[in-house]
Amino acid sequence: MRYITPLKAAEGLGASHTGTQDHWFLTVSAAALVLLTPVFMLVVAHAIGLPRAGVMAYFGQPFPAIVTGLFIIVGMLHFIRGTRVMIDDYLQGTARKVGIIASVIFSYAVIAAAVYALVRMGLATLVLV
Amino acid sequence: MADVNRGNRPLSPHLQVYRLPLAAITSILTRITGHALVAGILLLVWWLVAAVTSDRAFACADWVMRSWIGFIIMTGSMWALWYHLLAGVRHMFYDAGMGLEIETAQKSSWALVYGSVALAVLTLILFFVF
Repeated sequence: MRYITPLKAAEGLGASHTGTQDHWFLTVSAAALVLLTPVFMLVVAHAIGLPRAGVMAYFGQPFPAIVTGLFIIVGMLHFIRGTRVMIDDYLQGTARKVGIIASVIFSYAVIAAAVYALVRMGLATLVLV
Repeated sequence: MADVNRGNRPLSPHLQVYRLPLAAITSILTRITGHALVAGILLLVWWLVAAVTSDRAFACADWVMRSWIGFIIMTGSMWALWYHLLAGVRHMFYDAGMGLEIETAQKSSWALVYGSVALAVLTLILFFVF
């Protein structure tokens, strides 16, 4: 027998015991993005305007590559939960399911494309070195 | 019915004539900016993928990126990102039970509007100077 009250067992968990996970993930990723955002803006601002070889060499460096990769990955995972909140608010039934599925597929596609590009640029510089 | 207060009675907030309080507008803007940021991230990722694809693909993406459309998307995204960041920080205070009084929410709402615009202008200046 567990010596805790029903309230204590339920507190902070929500009805399904997983209902607060999305909110908590949004909070954690938001904190990470607060730190990443200013650095990411500076990194991108430096890259825009460079010729193609310059862009590839720039994102071949560790710092711009890691900041850009982190921002896009964490940002899109944050985006999945954010759109989920909006979809839950405005859509019902099948439309809600389709919306959630589309948002998740889209977000991972963006992550995959960005990671692919960054890896290619990293490997291109590796060949030069 | 002689002493009925006419003309100075509180009005029912009808949906079509209800003026949203500033705190409501700034709250809704958090959601709008968060979703609109899709445009900026798509343009940037397209540009990155084009750079590893071919000269032609990069020329196309780079042309869009450096055109006035790209400038509007990237500058708009930059402001939206600052706004969403500041509003997100405010939400963390809300979650902790702080800043929920009407007057404080009014002040933080103005701080979001002015703060995001100031940071966006500062970022643009940094971008063009350096």
